[in-house]
Amino acid sequence: MAKTLYDKIWENHEIKREEDGTSLIYIDRHLVHEVTSPQAFEGLRLAKREIRQLSKVLSVADHNTPTHTLSLDDCNDSSKIQLETLNKNAKEFNLRYYPLGDKNNGVCHVVAPEKGFVLPGATLVCGDSHTATHGAFGAIAFGIGTSEVEHVFATQTLRQKPVKNMRITIDGTLEKAVTAKDIALFVISQIGTAGGTGYAIEFAGSGIESLSMEQRMTLCNMGIEGGARVAIVAPDQTTFDYLKDKPLSPKGENWEKAVAFWKSLHTDTGAKFDKEYTWKASEILPQVTWGTSPEDCINVTQSIPKVDNPTKERALKYVGLNGGDKIAGTPINWVFIGSCTNGRIEDFRSASQILKGKKVAPNVRAIAVPGSGLVKEQAEKEGLDVIFKNAGFEWRLPGCSMCLAMNPDFANPEERVASTSNRNFEGRQGYLSRTHLMNPAMAAAAAIEGKIADARQYL
Amino acid sequence: MEKFTTFEGIAGSLLLDNIDTDMIIPKEYLKTITRAGLGKFAFAEMRYNLKDDSLIEDFVLNQAPFNKSSILISSKNFGCGSSREHAPWALGDFGLKVIIAESFADIFFNNCFKNGILPISLDKTTILELVKETQQGENLKIDLPNQEITTISGKKISFKVEEFKKECMINGWDDISLTLKDESSIKDFEEKQKQSQPWLWI
Ligand code: SF4
Repeated sequence: MAKTLYDKIWENHEIKREEDGTSLIYIDRHLVHEVTSPQAFEGLRLAKREIRQLSKVLSVADHNTPTHTLSLDDCNDSSKIQLETLNKNAKEFNLRYYPLGDKNNGVCHVVAPEKGFVLPGATLVCGDSHTATHGAFGAIAFGIGTSEVEHVFATQTLRQKPVKNMRITIDGTLEKAVTAKDIALFVISQIGTAGGTGYAIEFAGSGIESLSMEQRMTLCNMGIEGGARVAIVAPDQTTFDYLKDKPLSPKGENWEKAVAFWKSLHTDTGAKFDKEYTWKASEILPQVTWGTSPEDCINVTQSIPKVDNPTKERALKYVGLNGGDKIAGTPINWVFIGSCTNGRIEDFRSASQILKGKKVAPNVRAIAVPGSGLVKEQAEKEGLDVIFKNAGFEWRLPGCSMCLAMNPDFANPEERVASTSNRNFEGRQGYLSRTHLMNPAMAAAAAIEGKIADARQYL
Repeated sequence: MEKFTTFEGIAGSLLLDNIDTDMIIPKEYLKTITRAGLGKFAFAEMRYNLKDDSLIEDFVLNQAPFNKSSILISSKNFGCGSSREHAPWALGDFGLKVIIAESFADIFFNNCFKNGILPISLDKTTILELVKETQQGENLKIDLPNQEITTISGKKISFKVEEFKKECMINGWDDISLTLKDESSIKDFEEKQKQSQPWLWI
């Protein structure tokens, strides 16, 4: 029978299946960070259990880490405790760990691919919903809760039902200044934030095949904002080229064998999807969110919709905007370029193209936060840091930073942020702060103009 | 985990779509390293004026008798957003045992079961009926073994729940010990995978 890529990988990891359809599946890779792990380590300790396969774990400190200093003394007490707890647990359990200050440290979803930790056909989990990112490699990757983190530590498995299959096909070539971020936001605006609930989304079509690995990661990263725990792109030469010679990717004869196997990882012709959508790449323009859910999204030439239900009325009131007004021209206070969505080298290249020789508007505070130490290093090698700094950006140390504002980087009440992150929920970037999601070039254009602007005019 | 069979309690309703995990437990409160004590921060930004910590009077869970709710009724896509298990921990610690909504986000839905909270999906019409029958603070009865909700007027509403998840909740089973019963199958799988996909072993 013709099978989807998701079903193939799932079956390949199924240890057993209960009568009610629940599978016990094997987990090949486990990413750990400081926020969702302390209670899981505590659980292991209390039950006197060990981590079943230590080599399958990679851990980083990212959510709370300061980005203006390497000293924990500038963090508030509870952040400090959480970071110190991970340091302690990493030591006690002997984890592969890149702590604050290590040049390999950074946001877990940026670091793991750089290391070749995620491979096509693997299962990967993390106590973080943006784990979907790693589906870019043709892996089943999804976020789990802390109880499941503990379960994976102790058993290297999870008990779950497979989800349904959805395919989203994007055909053709993207217009200039339109990126994977815009595909993601556009799709979510069409299917809604619950549109993908209960599905694994496979992204396919020529518009996807032509994307770089970094863009594919951006796209899959946002899968969860459309409700899908799993987003996946079939592996191809682009994937193999990216993985070749990464520290943890297979070497020598194993590499040859692996690639031969990875080439078989695609959806069979005629496989049935429970839901299908198709769009033309040329339909997609640079996107901007106007509300407090990623589905509250329009393109930069459009007007904010007039709303008529309590959820959306609350959203408009929260962001302090009016239905019917143009989104372009909305004044902003902050620009944040970074996160596991858009904190990779290509993102900084794309923003720097626009920032070159320009200045950030005087009403704006702008920060650039590389997704990892290696991204930072590469950007500095290319001189991008100089472009950012000359434009008036603060060039920071890696971390989650203003994506969720658990560290000292946050906006004040009613301040408006042009942000390359993935969530515009109430309070996400600071209590009562207002977020507009967009791609890095758009965020750079907003920085220059001091208001939401169309990046296309700068390219 | 505590066993969950039947119970009776007050139901507060919060009829907004997309109640996300940042609303349920804002990130300032994720910095704990224990599971306990998060109830006072549940819905913090909707419940308190964070400038002076005073209560926001018109938020339903601040109003008697709904401040004692053990059931919450909501709308579509409840629990969307992050995977933080702090969300069910906070709701559980607040005293909630059941969440009734039109639909739930996947990760949150799963996390509820791991923490003795029963998420029930019902259609919009039924939800509006339940809201009507509980708006003066009337109790709802929840019967998990029989998968049934009973209202004060005696109306019975049945709901669906996956068999395995139900068994675990009724018996209060710990997932890990349950899985470790399959230890030998896990080992077999690992041996086979080492042969077939050796590159997955680093
Ligand atoms: S960058 Fe943002 S979305 Fe990504 S892991 Fe960090 S907090 Fe989560």
